[in-house]
Amino acid sequence: MTRKQQRSAFIVSGLVILGLAAALVLTALKDTIVFFYTPSEVVEKKVEPGVRFRLGGLVKDGSIEKLAGAKVRFTVTDTDKTLVVDYDGTLPDLFREGQGVVTEGKLLPSGVFEADTVLAKHDENYMPKEVADALKEKGVWQEGDKKAQ
Amino acid sequence: MIIETGHFALLLALAVAAYQMVVPLYAATRGDERLMRVAASSAVMQFLLLCLSFAVLTWAYVTSDFSVLNVWANSHSAKPLVYKISGVWGNHEGSMLLWVLILALFSAAVAIFGTNLPPGLRARVLSVQGSISFAFLSFIVLVSNPFLRLDQVPAQGKGLNPILQDPALAIHPPLLYAGYVGLSVAFSFAIAALIEGRVDAAWARWVRPWTLAAWMFLTVGIAMGSWWAYYELGWGGWWFWDPVENASFMPWLIATALLHSAIVVEKRNALKVWTILLAILAFSLSLIGTFLVRSGVLTSVHAFAVDPERGVFILLILCLFIGGALALYAWRAPSLQAGGLFSPISREGALVVNNLLLTAAAAAVFIGTLYPLVLEAINGTKISVGPPYFNFTFGILVLPLLVLVPFGPMMSWKRADAWAATQRLWAAALIALAATLIPVIAQVRGPWLAPLGIGLGAWLIAGSLVELAGRIKLFQAPFTTSLARLKGLPGQAIGMTLAHLGVGVMVLGVVAVTAWREEIGVAMKPGDVTEIAGAKITFKGESPLTGPNYSATVGRFSVETGNRVVSELTSEKRIFLPSRQPTTEVGIHSFWTGDLYVAMGDEAPGGGRNVRAYFNPLVTLIWIGSVIMFIGGGISLMDRRYRIGAPKRAATAAVPAE
Repeated sequence: MTRKQQRSAFIVSGLVILGLAAALVLTALKDTIVFFYTPSEVVEKKVEPGVRFRLGGLVKDGSIEKLAGAKVRFTVTDTDKTLVVDYDGTLPDLFREGQGVVTEGKLLPSGVFEADTVLAKHDENYMPKEVADALKEKGVWQEGDKKAQ
Repeated sequence: MIIETGHFALLLALAVAAYQMVVPLYAATRGDERLMRVAASSAVMQFLLLCLSFAVLTWAYVTSDFSVLNVWANSHSAKPLVYKISGVWGNHEGSMLLWVLILALFSAAVAIFGTNLPPGLRARVLSVQGSISFAFLSFIVLVSNPFLRLDQVPAQGKGLNPILQDPALAIHPPLLYAGYVGLSVAFSFAIAALIEGRVDAAWARWVRPWTLAAWMFLTVGIAMGSWWAYYELGWGGWWFWDPVENASFMPWLIATALLHSAIVVEKRNALKVWTILLAILAFSLSLIGTFLVRSGVLTSVHAFAVDPERGVFILLILCLFIGGALALYAWRAPSLQAGGLFSPISREGALVVNNLLLTAAAAAVFIGTLYPLVLEAINGTKISVGPPYFNFTFGILVLPLLVLVPFGPMMSWKRADAWAATQRLWAAALIALAATLIPVIAQVRGPWLAPLGIGLGAWLIAGSLVELAGRIKLFQAPFTTSLARLKGLPGQAIGMTLAHLGVGVMVLGVVAVTAWREEIGVAMKPGDVTEIAGAKITFKGESPLTGPNYSATVGRFSVETGNRVVSELTSEKRIFLPSRQPTTEVGIHSFWTGDLYVAMGDEAPGGGRNVRAYFNPLVTLIWIGSVIMFIGGGISLMDRRYRIGAPKRAATAAVPAE
């Protein structure tokens, strides 16, 4: 095997793997991307029941309701529109009324959002980023609040 | 006054870094050996200054000196001492100071242990280290200074995020940073080699121990983070493909590739251009990783809006080092002498496959992590890329790699016989087959892929043991001969066996916990019993508890198997002062077959508590596997060949075998 052949073998196998990886990445991205919406956007975009997405906003004060088993129901608000969320699972410790929350799941035909994941970030800021942005757009939340506790 | 001393030491360190960046490089260009020696002394000097500076900040935390803005914002006088100390790096400013301190530590180590390096190379390496240090010290001094004072001293601090108040998370950042920053040495060696236009076996032999050390720290650092997430977040998961996790995982993947390709440079003088690129990429990903985590670039693109100076500064440093290094690479790499030839079926060929798959996997993780960021910057669409993407792409790329691992060490250099290598692995194949059949025969429910996964883990473990057995001629020579051969084996060989074995152990854990995990969530009143994985859990009741800076409710549970109480578990709900933030402490009992994991939740509507219990089969193997990999790295690092008979450069460039 000459140097030239070796180099081309190296490059060809590299390109094959790269191509494979690119194809994988593209198909996987197409199928697994999850969009982020606020309750207002859910109404605006007319999200169909059954489509997976992330819902973010504030947990409405006084809306947390414990149901049978370990199920819980709460309302997510962006101060404009609201959406009722049902969740069966452990709530993260940072989950509180009046705090930001990101949930992932899908709408039921009844209009209730059935979440299978409730996220909390474990950094120094208690506000998930998407929620902060969405709330900033609504003008309810200012940067200064970030450090306040 | 003490605070100002720390601040002043920081400024002095910046000046020393500038000197270390400029003078040795100039001296190396002129060939002035006497002047080159200042590189080593300034590296040590810089380290000592930063030690002082860091010690002062730590002191401010320990004594709760709230006149320092950083201490006030991130500490509280009621915190236990250990978390006052770990609070130093539990915030942005302090963690950046730790980052440069570790960078300076590595520079000083190169200065002290690198006496066998050619003076020109050492001066250039230290000069590049100095430039990294200079960039980050400027960043700290200008926009991220931990020594800023408050005019009015507040009576109490704001406290550290309670979930960071944990022993594993106290040592997790220093370990991770040691890994990230350790890769800077490989980077500096690569840049120095590009400037010199020379890469050879001796170069690879100098670079490898540094990369290995960094890789070891990264391995154990990531494992520690995952372990923390497992027992602290209360969901029983061990890896979430969270951007923060990916940030540390990408450099690990590339560092692993680099470790393997550097072997080819060392033994065969080939793959030089590629190895240099990996060294640059590994540290570039460390830089990106550090900032994804620390600057909030990823958790918030709008961090730039919060503090535009900081964001822009960070981007500038990233562009300068990554762009500069790649530009230098594009310019100089073609002039590097090409190395030895090899056939595709050979040890070199196997290592190339390893490299291609590892980098492809790293690229897949990279795209998945940064795509949402880029998309949002382009058109404002907010998306998230979750575990399904990563499991799919990463899984498909890494599976063939894992299957091929045992073949690699069986191949000979230059040209190998694939069939002969396969024949030598028959014993491992049998063991893997047997392991695949165990869950099938035991009729464990679960996905049909799971038994194959168990077989894969067994294949990796058996493959590395078979390789070791072959080396020491076990069962072929008298036992004493084998024992003598084992003692005589070089550290690198044992290290490799252990590292590959560790991967196998980890695969077993990952497969078992993914496929056979059990979970229940129930409301329990005191005296209630629930069952999971054949164990009976009884809720014995709850009682209050007051900790140093929190109050807690402790739930007590007893675990029975076969009518015998095997363990009393407690799970706590803590409320921390002053933030009123709750955290959960879970109770874990480890059986041989897996972990029983109990997390007490909120009060249930009809009285009692919501309780979640998980059975995580073989989950501990994930961390045991990492530790085995770490130990393997350590044994390899002890290899005498790195020190005694220290590598000397051939007086004239070796003639490439054509």
